[in-house]
Amino acid sequence: MSPIIKRKGERFTLPSKYLLFILTFLCTVLMLVTFGTNAFNKPLNTVLGYIIVPFEQGIGRVGGWLSNRSEELVQIRRLLDENAALKDQVAALTEENTILQQDKYELNKLRQLLNLDEQYGEYHKVGARIISRDSGNWYSTFIIDKGTENGLSEDMNVIAGGGLVGRITSVGPNWARVTSIICDNSNVSGMTLATEDNLMVSGNLQLMADGVITFSQLVDSQNAVSEGDKIVTSDISDKYLPNILIGYIQTISRDSNNLTKSGYLTPAVDFEHLGEVLVITDLKQQVYEN
Amino acid sequence: MLRKFIVTILILVCFILQCCVFDAFDFAGIVPNLMIILTSAFGFMRGEKEGLIIGFFCGFLSDVFFGDILGFYSLILMYIGYLNGKFSRIFYPEDIKLPIGLIMMSDLSYGMICYVMQFLLRGRLDFPYYFTRIILPETIYTIIVTLFLYPLVLKINERVEAREKRSAQKFV
Repeated sequence: MSPIIKRKGERFTLPSKYLLFILTFLCTVLMLVTFGTNAFNKPLNTVLGYIIVPFEQGIGRVGGWLSNRSEELVQIRRLLDENAALKDQVAALTEENTILQQDKYELNKLRQLLNLDEQYGEYHKVGARIISRDSGNWYSTFIIDKGTENGLSEDMNVIAGGGLVGRITSVGPNWARVTSIICDNSNVSGMTLATEDNLMVSGNLQLMADGVITFSQLVDSQNAVSEGDKIVTSDISDKYLPNILIGYIQTISRDSNNLTKSGYLTPAVDFEHLGEVLVITDLKQQVYEN
Repeated sequence: MLRKFIVTILILVCFILQCCVFDAFDFAGIVPNLMIILTSAFGFMRGEKEGLIIGFFCGFLSDVFFGDILGFYSLILMYIGYLNGKFSRIFYPEDIKLPIGLIMMSDLSYGMICYVMQFLLRGRLDFPYYFTRIILPETIYTIIVTLFLYPLVLKINERVEAREKRSAQKFV
């Protein structure tokens, strides 16, 4: 067909070269804009949250049901033995609990005497289920099934099994993305529980295969920190609430600068088998504004 | 219209499969990359334009849910789709070698780009480790999944093409 005679109704189509150029430009602009701000986060998170998350929740529920059924069959015999052992333990713990209750009353009384507020009393928590994991293999982020509708917001701390999991880095109406502390680009300011020395906990993809992550910049002039010590989140962290357990020191060594120490720590949370998490709905600033 | 609808459904299904279902079937913590399969399959089956558009949307989903900045995965997958589209001229549906080779190359280069942009630039220099523990296993797993997923995508595409041809003849 000659270029001059144009059939009626022939639609204008954009050559793929130009489309590629336009979209490349668009992506670059998006990257530059979202690098500093989160201007597009809210509408996009909302729209895609309503399209994708219901399916993920459904699949998660079916998968959970299936694995529960198969596990039930396997575990019945083991559970019977465990039940007997646990009953003994309950008896022992009940007794211990009464003693501790008495101690607690005494502690409260003494605190009142000293005019001390209960500094790390009860944080408000919301339970959430993990419904999907990072689509790639490079980072350890996951999606939970609660969002702004349940009162969650960015930077809230996430815990599971008594240890720190991570914090919320992106949130939609019915979902939230949690970046875990083992994620390669995550850094948490921590301190040793016994001596209150500050240190930096960094996730590491390479070391996570051995179940450890790294810590560094520990100034331990007294040489008091040793292997097995507990590491908790520090008071000076601006995102994490203080005194949440991160893990236990596995190895510790002096850096070549002879001033600081670094090493490996074992996280308190089993990141391989994580199904439900607790989100602390108190933010770091709020704790101190009250 | 029908094509757009079916492709949208395919992208959503693959994304949800990758995030939820394959998470339960991971080998040593590695999940296959279904987005690459979809992007490059439509690239060499349908040409540059469709490849780059589908790549863009596949990447965009990952960006919104898992990316720190929007547009990073979109850009990578878009170029992968576009470059795969260059091979649509030598693509025959009966031949399985070209698709497997292309998807393998796509996933390898995807892994390399991710490593260089996100890890090497942050001073993680141990390339052999990342190559043998992340990039290579992901590629191999992706190829295995391709053997099952690709014929399905091919069949769906053929059905849609046949239908489009029929409805085009009806109007002439």
